[in-house]
Amino acid sequence: MPSPPVIQVTGIRKAYGQTVAVDDLSFEVREGEIFGLIGPNGAGKTTTMECVGGFRTPDRGTISVLGLDPVRDARRLQQRVGVQLQQAQLQKRITVWEAVDFWASLYPRAVDGQALLHRLGLTDKRNAWFMTLSGGQKQRLFIALALIHDPEVVMLDELTTGLDPQARRVIWGLVRGIREKGKTVLLTTHLMEEAERLCDRVAIVERGRIIDSGTPDGLVRRHCPEQTVVLATGDATAADRLGQITGLESVTWQDGQFTLRGRDRNLVARVIECLSEHRIHVTDFRTELPNLEDVFLKLTGHSVRE
Amino acid sequence: MVRALITLTWLEIKIFVREPMGLFGTVGIPVLVFVLLGRFAGAQLATAALRPGGTVSAGLPVILAIFMVLGAVGSLVTIVAIYREGGILKRLRATPLSPLVILSAQVLVKLLFTALTLCLMILAGRRYYPVGADVPLLSFGVALLFSTWAIVSIGFLIASLVPTARFAQPVAALVLYPMLALSGLFFPLDRLPPVLQAVSFVVPLRYAVSLLDGVWLGEPWLAHLGDLAGLTLTFLVVSALSARFFRWE
Repeated sequence: MPSPPVIQVTGIRKAYGQTVAVDDLSFEVREGEIFGLIGPNGAGKTTTMECVGGFRTPDRGTISVLGLDPVRDARRLQQRVGVQLQQAQLQKRITVWEAVDFWASLYPRAVDGQALLHRLGLTDKRNAWFMTLSGGQKQRLFIALALIHDPEVVMLDELTTGLDPQARRVIWGLVRGIREKGKTVLLTTHLMEEAERLCDRVAIVERGRIIDSGTPDGLVRRHCPEQTVVLATGDATAADRLGQITGLESVTWQDGQFTLRGRDRNLVARVIECLSEHRIHVTDFRTELPNLEDVFLKLTGHSVRE
Repeated sequence: MVRALITLTWLEIKIFVREPMGLFGTVGIPVLVFVLLGRFAGAQLATAALRPGGTVSAGLPVILAIFMVLGAVGSLVTIVAIYREGGILKRLRATPLSPLVILSAQVLVKLLFTALTLCLMILAGRRYYPVGADVPLLSFGVALLFSTWAIVSIGFLIASLVPTARFAQPVAALVLYPMLALSGLFFPLDRLPPVLQAVSFVVPLRYAVSLLDGVWLGEPWLAHLGDLAGLTLTFLVVSALSARFFRWE
């Protein structure tokens, strides 16, 4: 028996003048999952999140967060929802600890700020001014501020944009930690790798609409099931043996390399099985597995980076 | 919310002090101007301008006080505009913090630094301004803080409406400096044409000038209940408008 969704968005539309940012968009987020709105910049992800956060009122449609209306029940939701907003800043000369301490003073109930900073690896920086922090440290501070009142739902907007890969990995670990504490996470990202590594489920947003949603793995299987194995071997019997693999759709040979294609999920395992069973010696072996990036390209006809 | 107000006010004081130029502009420059004026023109000023008369209707202390108030407004407008532009207000919006707490904290900070400036002026100016023992410095200080409190709220309304930090200061000047002409600071109001005299009643600065002037001359507070009411009304109306039109981003 699945629990009722923590966030339910039904048919929302939001236009700014002539520009329709979000159009008839619906999705739901279940308790304890990391749900990602993914798509290129300008697709409507931030607008959607700002509507769910209660900062904007959709022109049409309904939103329910923890059974409450984000705009009408804003006061009550503020105690139960934590947000990190894109392009948010703090006073240049506020220290990390001052920010955490002030934020804690805004809520009737707050977690231990020291422990929170420790968990986010900011203990060394507690007396540093905001303006002196690196991009990754600033984002970790914003995560701390989003978590200070121990919210049930956490919204993270483009959390790792502009960060280097190492800082990004640290943040991913922290977001997984939030889920492990039983919280529900709604995030937006235009990085497909981030979505794949972090999200339990994603919705692909394109021009203000959701064009498909599901688990990253499920979306890949649905839209880009083709798997490709490329291998090089001098074994003369290889062509025959490989050709007998079940689920294989094509085998081509060029310049001493075989390219095997198929839609079966177990294709790679079957190829390896075949090679070991017949003791075929290979000098090169690689797989080309589709990912969310490919799904996006297939569904929209353009790359997410354009 | 009281706890949040105290924490935020203390925080803003610390942040303000950490920016040396801002501190110098707010506290240092007025004190410096005051002392230099006293050093080079103290004797004449003490006899002529400390008492109303001649071409100016208000004395030097009142003029300085009014400019301190205007400085506080300008600084407040800029700070709020920077907070909005920088996304600080946007982040605060997601918390239970009310705009009025943000306003109040900023006003408290301004009051504190105005009081500090005034104290420094009195201390530094003692040598150059031979003011008599009959000058009610304490009452004047209270009148100045009261005026600052009311007039600074106008700054918050401007800050609530102005889109960017770049426009904030010019707009504040555009709103406030014409007020000076109708405040009675430079021209006695009874010499203005009747129409302008009537208009001057809605210029909040008029009440500040009248209050400061009267208190400096040793008039009782009771004689200035109208000014106090005018300033209080200004604060209430303008604060209500600010809360209504406050824009977080």
